[in-house]
Amino acid sequence: MTARTKTLLARLSAAALTAASLALPAFAADKQLTIYTYESFTSEWGPGPKVKEAFEKTCNCTVNYVAVADGVALLSRLKLEGSSSKADIVLGLDTNLTDEAKATGLFEASGVDTAALKVPGDFRDDTFVPYDYGHFAVIYDTQTIKNPPQSLKDLVEGDPAQKIAIQDPRTSTPGLGLLLWVKSVYGDKAPEAWAKLKNRVLTVTPGWSEAYGLFTKGEAPMVLSYVTSPAYHMVEEKTDRYQAAAFSEGHYIQIEVAGMLKNAHDKDLARSFLSFMVSPGFQDIIPTTNWMMPVADTSSPLPDAFGKLVKPTKTFLMSPEEVAKNRKAWVDEWLAAMSLN
Amino acid sequence: MSDDKPHIHMDNVRLDRGGQTFHIDVRMSGSITAVAGASGSGKTTFLHLIAGFETPRSGRILLTGKDVTDLHPADRPVSLVFQDNNLFAHLDIARNVGLGINPSLRLTAEDERRIDEALARTGLAGYGGRLPGTLSGGERQRAAFARALVRKRPYLLLDEPFAALDPGLRLAMGDLLRELQAETGVMVVMVTHLPDEVERLAERVVFLARGTVVASGPTDEILRRGMLPEIDAFMG
Amino acid sequence: MLTAREKRLSIAGGSIALAGIVLFAAIASVALLEAGWPSENTGIFDAYMRRVLAFTLVQAVLSAAISVALAIPFARALARQPAFPGRIWLVRLLALPLGLPVITGALGILTVWGRNGWANEILRMLGLSEPISIYGLSGILLAHVFFNFPLAARLMLAGLERLPGEYWLLASNLGLGPISIFRHIEWPEIRRQIPGIAGLILMLAATSFTLVLLLGGGPAATTLEVAIYQALRFDFDPQRAVSLAIVQILLTALLLMLLSWTRGKDPEGFSLHTTSMRPDGKTTAKRCLDGALLLSGTVFILLPLSAIVVSGLEADYLKLLSDGLFWRAAATSLAIALPAGALAVLIAGMIISGRLAILADPKASAPLLAGARLAPATASLILLFPPTVLGTGWFLIAGPANVDSVAPVLIMLINGLMAFPFVLRILEPAMTTHRHRTGRLAASLGITGWDRWRLIDWPGLRKPFAMALSFATALSIGDLGVVALFGSDSLVTLPWLLYSRMGSYRTADAAGIALILAILCLLLTVAGAKGDTERHRHVG
Repeated sequence: MTARTKTLLARLSAAALTAASLALPAFAADKQLTIYTYESFTSEWGPGPKVKEAFEKTCNCTVNYVAVADGVALLSRLKLEGSSSKADIVLGLDTNLTDEAKATGLFEASGVDTAALKVPGDFRDDTFVPYDYGHFAVIYDTQTIKNPPQSLKDLVEGDPAQKIAIQDPRTSTPGLGLLLWVKSVYGDKAPEAWAKLKNRVLTVTPGWSEAYGLFTKGEAPMVLSYVTSPAYHMVEEKTDRYQAAAFSEGHYIQIEVAGMLKNAHDKDLARSFLSFMVSPGFQDIIPTTNWMMPVADTSSPLPDAFGKLVKPTKTFLMSPEEVAKNRKAWVDEWLAAMSLN
Repeated sequence: MSDDKPHIHMDNVRLDRGGQTFHIDVRMSGSITAVAGASGSGKTTFLHLIAGFETPRSGRILLTGKDVTDLHPADRPVSLVFQDNNLFAHLDIARNVGLGINPSLRLTAEDERRIDEALARTGLAGYGGRLPGTLSGGERQRAAFARALVRKRPYLLLDEPFAALDPGLRLAMGDLLRELQAETGVMVVMVTHLPDEVERLAERVVFLARGTVVASGPTDEILRRGMLPEIDAFMG
Repeated sequence: MLTAREKRLSIAGGSIALAGIVLFAAIASVALLEAGWPSENTGIFDAYMRRVLAFTLVQAVLSAAISVALAIPFARALARQPAFPGRIWLVRLLALPLGLPVITGALGILTVWGRNGWANEILRMLGLSEPISIYGLSGILLAHVFFNFPLAARLMLAGLERLPGEYWLLASNLGLGPISIFRHIEWPEIRRQIPGIAGLILMLAATSFTLVLLLGGGPAATTLEVAIYQALRFDFDPQRAVSLAIVQILLTALLLMLLSWTRGKDPEGFSLHTTSMRPDGKTTAKRCLDGALLLSGTVFILLPLSAIVVSGLEADYLKLLSDGLFWRAAATSLAIALPAGALAVLIAGMIISGRLAILADPKASAPLLAGARLAPATASLILLFPPTVLGTGWFLIAGPANVDSVAPVLIMLINGLMAFPFVLRILEPAMTTHRHRTGRLAASLGITGWDRWRLIDWPGLRKPFAMALSFATALSIGDLGVVALFGSDSLVTLPWLLYSRMGSYRTADAAGIALILAILCLLLTVAGAKGDTERHRHVG
């Protein structure tokens, strides 16, 4: 048996033991805080584990996560459970969902002062507290694309042979983001823009993961993602290959928020978590785990990679009410334009 | 033997099958030859060698003096009847018999007449339009004989053809076989595990044990007690 | 041929299983409809929905037709060559694609057929600059054929191998050519199977979601399943989701009925043994032709699989395998998939037993007979019920407080139900044949009840049961399905972990998990196909 296999075996058995112990419920502290969130937040690479550790140090409580697929699933789950939900905190909705979330009547004002937060697009809300944000951007592969589009107009009117993978606004939040971005820039002319862009669209995937998978596989040289995506490749993979294209018109923003429920078991604890969320203890963790921008100061400067990221000159953000009111009509408009032959 | 009457020569044939090594060297002729032996002795394989489903590792198989060792089963002058499943379940009896005349079932009026004749000869007149599933086991075997009749091949190989039938029917079918043999002059090689069937029908016997011919000759000479322990065991 | 008691028990069991399935779907639907969320119900049959409907049906019919058309020559060639090195692995391979998580298979397909895939690279080397693009209907069909054609071939092969061995020997002795053999022996058997196989593929393709969006190129390619997903997840309009699901079931059921009219007669010939001898496949020309056919089919299946292996090899397995979460996910996956597979086998076994008991009874009443004929197809329609709709309905009934304890059971139940129609296709012919072969004999010897199961049924049916169980387990293990709805920290499965890694940029890890899942599925099919190696030897 080689030394290498020996270490492997040792690590495997250690892992098996960890697995066994993880299966046992934790009864470390009396106070419990249940957070509903999306799955990539709690994955071992995500901010979840570190956030749990950091908050538990200060609160003398236990943090439990319930993770569902994404922000949309989060809202569905909440609607299904209604007032009997076990959730104290819901973390991971974005501003396109907050209007509907409020309409459930399940949320309570946060009481957190958000005036000092640095969120582009001037998002203000007394119920939902932002914890990070990211501008949508077209990410391109520098090995294939030598002249990236400089504007949304460039993207719409560019060479149809250079393809982009986008997400479906009917099933995903980035897809909806692009829809709103185009609407913000083109207004009533959005259908015409989509009809042109359609020729550059390789395919429309159900979610972000599939589109990004196509992109990193080399199937599409461009993908709709976030301005911060290149930071991941620079920090974790030490490569500058994937870059965001800066668009002269500006970028649409996605702001992720959290809120507390009226039926929270321990409202003080829930409120203290929301305050913790905008403190350096939480904000330090966000950039290199969630790969989004922090909304408040971090205790140390961000990694160099973040300094190299595109800095949008202008931010687009529609109000939650406007989105809620028009989403269906705009999606139908998109469907019609994209289905033209 | 070099005349035109059917005769079989298995010349030093060797074959490995199912962990068993077969070594067969035998000459056969006459009206009805029984292939006997305990189960597992290689009776079916013996028949498959003649029919062409098995190709020997070495040695030759000659039918009427002609080397058929490398011939495809369809090109050998033999007809076959198994214990069961001789008829395709979804084709009616007439068409099952017709396959013996033309494999594509392109049948002329003359062919139809021959089919009717063969069915009448085997006691199945009027059964032509029925499906095999509606016939009894004995009737299905008669239909298989009818097909052998219209094929007119000089050799008829039977693998336990009456094993699925009850004793009374078995006797009647044996008689039919003898009559058909006498009328057509076909050489019958029949695998069986029943001593009384051998005695009643076969002119000659080839006795197999462990893949080898241990005795071969006229029935009354071979089926005698005290000749070989295997034969005693077979006689029960 | 059964005792009165056995007959009663079989019929009761089958009825309970069937009622259980129908109720499981009906209760979930009612719970959703009754829940009282406002519905926008903007007309289900507007122009957009009519287009979606048309596209759903067209692509499903084409997927089924192409898969079946390709499976016929492949299965024939495979049956005609019963012995060649690696054959057993080829047979095992056929059960693999459907067990893969959809996204894994899709990325594998794109590695081969995509814009920058291997096929286009070869074309470029040959001097063709414009890459062929599969996005659109062709891509959807390609993917559906990749996932379903192997299954179709596998089921047809089983059918051909069940034919009495004497058929092939007789055909050869009578000098039937390949066309006559096809017409008189193979086609009647294949035709009998087509409605079942094509129906299965039709249902899978009609409910296809990820593949349709990913490879469809745009919203012109939208299935009803996408609309259901949108209604339930994004619009949160459960009533609309349920209505769409019912439309989907009715329409597809209509297609399936049309299909069942083409079904041929049940076979009446059953052999006591099947030989592995195919004299008609022994000529050099046939061997070459079959070889070429099998090779091209195998390459078609293997290329995307090897793409999965290639990208899976980039993962850091030392890190992956030393991760406690990975082992927990693997354990959870197995803990859900194995009982789900067992459940699928149990339901299928009960329904088939009940059906056989009724069909074998000459005095059975007309409604009972009609029920027995329709039961398998009706129960199979569960495949058209979107798991998210089932899951959401039962989620409501269970109540949020109990989700953590109820979720694993629900996921297991839903996975079992979704695997059940496949199990039915595997078990039904085997059980019918077995009953024909042994029914009379067992009855004449007075072997009944437990003795009959122990001495006759179990030894005779062990292999098909093992195959069905392993296949159902493989299907469940690769399914993300409803886990996403019930997600919690205590319920992480391998496909969930795979998506989770993809969702946080860890594509190499995701590829590693995909490869492990593929290997797991292969191991399962190896375990299930073990019986195939032990052929009957007929030495008499």
